[in-house]
Amino acid sequence: MATILAEGDEAAKPHENDVPEAVVVRFAGDSGDGMQLTGGQFTLSTALAGNDLATFPDFPAEIRAPQGTLFGVSAFQINFGSTEITTAGDQPDVLVAMNPAALKTNAPALKAGGLIIADSGEFTKRNLEKAKYEVNPLEDGSLAKWDLLAFDISALTVEAVKPFGLGNKDALRCKNMWTLGLALWMFDRDRQPIIDGLNAKFKGDKKILADANIAALNAGHAYGETAELAGPLKKLSIEPAQSPAGLYRTVNGAEAVSYGLVAGAQLAKLPMFFGGYPITPASAILHNLVKMKEFGVTTFQAEDEIAAICAAIGASYAGQLGVTSSSGPGIALKGEAMGLAIMTELPLVIVNSQRGGPSTGLPTKTEQSDLYQAVYGRNGDAPIPVISARSPADCFEVAIEACRIAVQYMTPVILLTDGYIANAAEPWKVPDPASFEEFPVAFLEEKNGDGVVLPFKRDEKGVRPWIKPGTPGLMHRIGGIEKAVDTGNIDYSPLAHQTQTDARKAKIDGIAKSIPDQDVALGQAGGKMVVVGWGSTFGPIHQAVRRMRAKGLDVSHVHVRHIWPLPQNLGELLHSYDHVLVPEMNTGQFKTVLRDQYLVDAKPLTKTSGQPFTIAEIQDAIATYFNGYDESGEVDADDTQLPSTKAVNP
Amino acid sequence: MNDMTPIQTTLKDWESDQEVRWCPGCGDYAILKAVQRTLPEIGADPANTVFVSGIGCSSRFPYYVESYGFHTIHGRAPAFATGIKLANPELDVWLVTGDGDGLSIGGNHTMHILRRNLNCQILLFNNEIYGLTKGQYSPTSRLGTPSPSSPVGSVDRPAQPAAFALGAGARFVARGFDVSKELSGVLKAAHAHQGAAFVEIFQNCIVYNKDVFEDFAAPKGAEASQLWLKNGEPMLFGNPKTGPIKGIALNVDHLHLEVVDVVDGDWQAAGVIVHDVTNRAIAHMLVEMPFGPFPMALGVLYDDPRPTFEQELLGQDRTVNSGKSADLAKLLAKGQTWTVTEGGPEL
Repeated sequence: MATILAEGDEAAKPHENDVPEAVVVRFAGDSGDGMQLTGGQFTLSTALAGNDLATFPDFPAEIRAPQGTLFGVSAFQINFGSTEITTAGDQPDVLVAMNPAALKTNAPALKAGGLIIADSGEFTKRNLEKAKYEVNPLEDGSLAKWDLLAFDISALTVEAVKPFGLGNKDALRCKNMWTLGLALWMFDRDRQPIIDGLNAKFKGDKKILADANIAALNAGHAYGETAELAGPLKKLSIEPAQSPAGLYRTVNGAEAVSYGLVAGAQLAKLPMFFGGYPITPASAILHNLVKMKEFGVTTFQAEDEIAAICAAIGASYAGQLGVTSSSGPGIALKGEAMGLAIMTELPLVIVNSQRGGPSTGLPTKTEQSDLYQAVYGRNGDAPIPVISARSPADCFEVAIEACRIAVQYMTPVILLTDGYIANAAEPWKVPDPASFEEFPVAFLEEKNGDGVVLPFKRDEKGVRPWIKPGTPGLMHRIGGIEKAVDTGNIDYSPLAHQTQTDARKAKIDGIAKSIPDQDVALGQAGGKMVVVGWGSTFGPIHQAVRRMRAKGLDVSHVHVRHIWPLPQNLGELLHSYDHVLVPEMNTGQFKTVLRDQYLVDAKPLTKTSGQPFTIAEIQDAIATYFNGYDESGEVDADDTQLPSTKAVNP
Repeated sequence: MNDMTPIQTTLKDWESDQEVRWCPGCGDYAILKAVQRTLPEIGADPANTVFVSGIGCSSRFPYYVESYGFHTIHGRAPAFATGIKLANPELDVWLVTGDGDGLSIGGNHTMHILRRNLNCQILLFNNEIYGLTKGQYSPTSRLGTPSPSSPVGSVDRPAQPAAFALGAGARFVARGFDVSKELSGVLKAAHAHQGAAFVEIFQNCIVYNKDVFEDFAAPKGAEASQLWLKNGEPMLFGNPKTGPIKGIALNVDHLHLEVVDVVDGDWQAAGVIVHDVTNRAIAHMLVEMPFGPFPMALGVLYDDPRPTFEQELLGQDRTVNSGKSADLAKLLAKGQTWTVTEGGPEL
């Protein structure tokens, strides 16, 4: 066993008597090393220990990228602690590196004085070459600014699972459980839930795999317990976070969207039809919904993205709640069909789990760059309501809201999440579906005109009736061609197109009356500065604003859920601040919408690296609006300073 | 089709109040009448009938039928039909498409609705041209078709709709043409078939591709140029008053069809095949049979039902769901949870 202990920054080491409020751990390895599984299991046991947490799975697009390569590194980051956690953390305190490539790609992000745990067994000549190391970094002192613990995890794992007679390859597959065992020991986590999970997963003739994995888990744990390691490998116990009382579980965005859609359909008293086509990172929603068919869910894996949305529209036409889901490239393909749903005024929910673009872009990385596509991206004047989720758990409520708008206003609705939200997990206070207000749908059953059916007769909100085929006496035809008022018959006349274009716009604009006024997430209305966010930037913005307010800066956080139409009071609210900063993981799309709608001097803070914002990046941007600050809280705003418009890309 | 209680209607009941806007003399008028004549005969219920179409001249069809109708987007009618049928399998769904809509922009969806075997009738109006966009050559246009987009003749080899359908896994393939008296019978057979019933209807576009099917569709000489297939009957054609009676035989040495003379009505001696609508191998030969050396094969070429998509999918769902309660609160609280009390968390 090779144990290499490097000299570290003494002051930055965690001590048992100096328990931090939060710790960021990053597991990194080859994409075949099971890092996502390890991270997921660690998340579970952390949640069970009562810590608040946020996670960030970061994996390559390739399913099995060539072993040991830099681009094949898969990582999972978790931030957990006894305070409210809203981001996956900026810089890891602990990095678990399963091979040289994982070390190379992840070490630069590690906090100075942080801890590296490396599997020295994988630091072979060949693997070092693949990771473009000329000398072994475990031996050349190049990691001196961190604490280093290197030992042959591969050999220790093989040794631990020896009694089960597995082949070398299968034995090495248990490495991730060994590592997990060590991590559980380090942070004083319970092993039992993991053991139960393994026993449930591997049954019958696969029981030997459960036994081997449990043995590896226990061996890793015992290694931490018994190894006579001095220095950094100290057991850390993070106190539970203060959360409101109630039942909790962890949930990721894809799960929460799925539950929310089902809840939404139930509240509308409708069966749900889901048309989908496999695409990263949206497929998880389809996978979740196929397991929920007892809730009146029909799922249809279509031949392509277009068929997926068209089938969903067909189901809505026939009286179910049609839902489709995709990511940017798939949403682009659905554009024409969205226009038809707008034109025929049928309810539909379209979930876009955004990823880096354009084109194929970054399939497994996160971005918020489909906002223009959602708000503006169709032919013709084609208004569509757009709402966004700020966190994995928020997806539940937002999905319900999307269903409500769709059926109450007979319109397609776009729900924006992103790759980060879809994959990341956070603790979730389990909601009571019965606590949500129902919005049951009433189909038209009788003729609504003078002895005739008028499929496009609008109510006071501009909404047409929903008529199910199969209803006696209400036969009618609808389609994508411009239509006459009330009857919906084909009508290309100037008056018809002007009237209907106006009516479609007025209907969507009117949705603003049914949504809550924009609140201030942190701070107050009016002041020197507001940081306006939407979607998954909530965490880093919130923490940055919290920290800057703690330093005495007059800065507030506004986080917008309803992107289109916008809340009625938003313009007034934004004008009550001297400066408006809009951080987005795109080149400034929401900023453009705000400028256009309110003539407000919104400034962008942009990032398009496929990684979420760090808190520090947003803090830095906020700081540029102020002359400076001191701990006493006395701050002068610098009204003459040009605000930052620079991208904070690495 | 679906199982339903027959409803008493007349042709008039199936005419909507909309003005029909096809060119005067368009073959679509005859097809519309044939459909409106057939619907009362099969006891269809207007309230339970849905016509779904894509884009093109043929796709205006739903506006003219007094039933539920959905005029959708170019090429995608099969996908809409799939959603409609899965949402409500009781609906009787008719899909109206054309050679451009169904085989060019929507070829993919046509393939998938057929292989899945969604229970519906698919009427593909084949006029071998793009009519609504003013006459460009289509995927079924014959080699050398001059058109605004192929002034010196098209070089694309044409697709054969019936052969495409069979290749895609269709369990019912039939052919007819707009003004044929037999069309209604073909539509009835399609409706009686449980599953995706594909009907290619040759349709005369009098403006952009006039009389392109005249060789076999003209009344004069029809007996010799048309082979109307009837299940259980020999494949015979020709008019004894004007020429010999002929038949279709299988050349077993070379495994292809051939035209044989029938002498004194003894078709058995001539080796003429008896049409078996469940014989997929012969169906493949019939759809590929070149017109000219052979007559045009019309009627029901193939009909061999198998379980439909919505039966299979919804049936599986019912099996999976049986005994499960739809308690969302319970589902949300499932798995590994913990409770936070005022004093802190506990497992």
